[in-house]
Amino acid sequence: MINKTVANVREALKGVEDGMTFMLGGFGLCGIPENAIAELVRLGIKDITCISNNAGVDDFGLGLLLQKHQIKKMISSYVGENDEFERQMLSGELEVELTPQGTLAEKCRAAQSGIPAFYTPAGYGTEVAEGKETREFDGKMYVLEHAFKADYSFVKAWKGDEAGNLIFKGTARNFNPCMCGAATITVAEVEELLPAGSLDPNEIHIPGIFVQRIFQGEKFEKRIEQRTVRTKG
Amino acid sequence: MLDKNGIAKRIAKEIKDGYYVNLGIGIPTLVANFVRDDISVEFQSENGVLGMGPFPLEGEEDADIINAGKQTITTLPGASFFDSALSFAMIRGKHVHLTILGAMEVAENGDIANWKIPGKMVKGMGGAMDLVASAENIIVAMMHTNRAGKSKLLKRCTLPLTGVGCVKKIVTNLAVLEVTDEGFQLLERAPGVSVEQIQRATEGKLVVNGDIPEMDI
Repeated sequence: MINKTVANVREALKGVEDGMTFMLGGFGLCGIPENAIAELVRLGIKDITCISNNAGVDDFGLGLLLQKHQIKKMISSYVGENDEFERQMLSGELEVELTPQGTLAEKCRAAQSGIPAFYTPAGYGTEVAEGKETREFDGKMYVLEHAFKADYSFVKAWKGDEAGNLIFKGTARNFNPCMCGAATITVAEVEELLPAGSLDPNEIHIPGIFVQRIFQGEKFEKRIEQRTVRTKG
Repeated sequence: MLDKNGIAKRIAKEIKDGYYVNLGIGIPTLVANFVRDDISVEFQSENGVLGMGPFPLEGEEDADIINAGKQTITTLPGASFFDSALSFAMIRGKHVHLTILGAMEVAENGDIANWKIPGKMVKGMGGAMDLVASAENIIVAMMHTNRAGKSKLLKRCTLPLTGVGCVKKIVTNLAVLEVTDEGFQLLERAPGVSVEQIQRATEGKLVVNGDIPEMDI
C-alpha cells in the first residue's frame, strides 16, 4: 500500500503559489472542497486561475476567494449565483471563460486520461466555437476542444482510505471524480478517512492512483443553496 | 391561453413509456408533475442523477442530493448517481430520449438562444449547449412573447445562440408548433386562442395547413 495521507490541510496544500491553475470539484455548493478553499483564503495567494463548474455564492465556496480578489480567471459553465462575481466580471477585474458543462467535464476527463483534445457537438455555430477548429463527422459538425492543464486538483469525497481510494456520496460526486489525476497534484479531502482495507474494493469510485494527498477535512458546513421541500399529503 | 402549468401539462403528453427525460429549469421543471402514472419514466439531472423524485419533506433535506437548479431533491427506487463526464456521455451519446428546456428566442430554422443577453445577463450556458447540440428530440417550453410583448418565435435569433438548427417542437401559452423546412408549422391552438392571435404573436414564418385543432389537455 502506498500511503497518501497527510496530517492536515496545510500539509495538503504545500507548494501552491501565486499564478497557478487549480481545478475545484463541486456543483453549486454541493461537493465543494471547503477545507482547501478556506486554506487558499488563509494563504492569500493571488492571480489564480480556477476551473470549477460554478463560482460559489457571495459568502461561501469560491465566493470567499473572489471577495479577497485572489482569482484572476474563472473557467466555468454557470456563474449566476454570485453578485460579486458579476461585478468583477463586468468591471473587467476578472477574466471569465464560459464553457459548456459537458465540455468542461470532458476537458477534465481528457486531462485525466491522456487525451490531448476531442471533438464535441456542443457549442458548434455559437460564440463558444469562435476561433476553434471544426470538423464534420457523418454529416454533423463538431468543435475541437483541448484537455485542461492544471497544477492542483482539489476534490471532496465522502469516504477515503490511506491509499487515496475515494467514494463519493449522492450528487456531491459531480466533477470531483473527473478532476482526480487531471492536474499535476490531486488533493482529496474526505469526511471520513479510514485505514487501508476498510473500504470494499468493489465499491471504490476513484482508485488511489489518481490521488497524491488525502486528508480528513476539519469541518464540512455543506451549505444548501436552494432548500426546497414539499408538505406531507 | 395557457399558464405555465398548462404548458407543462401539454408537454407531459409528449413523454412516452420508457423515456429518459432531461428537464431544464423553469417551466420544464413543472412537467414532472403532470406525467401519466401508468407509464415508466426516469428524469435525469445533468449534475449526476437519474431517477429524480419529488422535493424532500421538511427536515429530510440532504445537502448532498440536489438537482441542476441546486434544489434539494429525493430519489426514487432504481435511481443512480454518477459523475459529470458520465452524465454528459448520457446526453451527447443520445441515451437521454427527450430534452425539455426554456428559451428566450427560437428561429424558424430551429436555432435557439437562451443563455446570454450581452451587457445585461451573463450567467453562463450551464449544460444547455451540450443538451441542444446532442438531443434527438428537443421541446422548447416558453411564453409566445416576451415581457415587452415581442414575439419570441423569430425569423432569425437576435441574441447569442445556444445551438443551431436543433429545436423540433415548441409549446407556448398560445400554441404547439413544429419546426419544418417551411417555417413554424402550427399544430395546435391553446384553448380559446385563434389562428389570427397566434399569427400576430409570431414574427417568423407561420405555416397553417387546414383547420388547426384546439389542444386536448
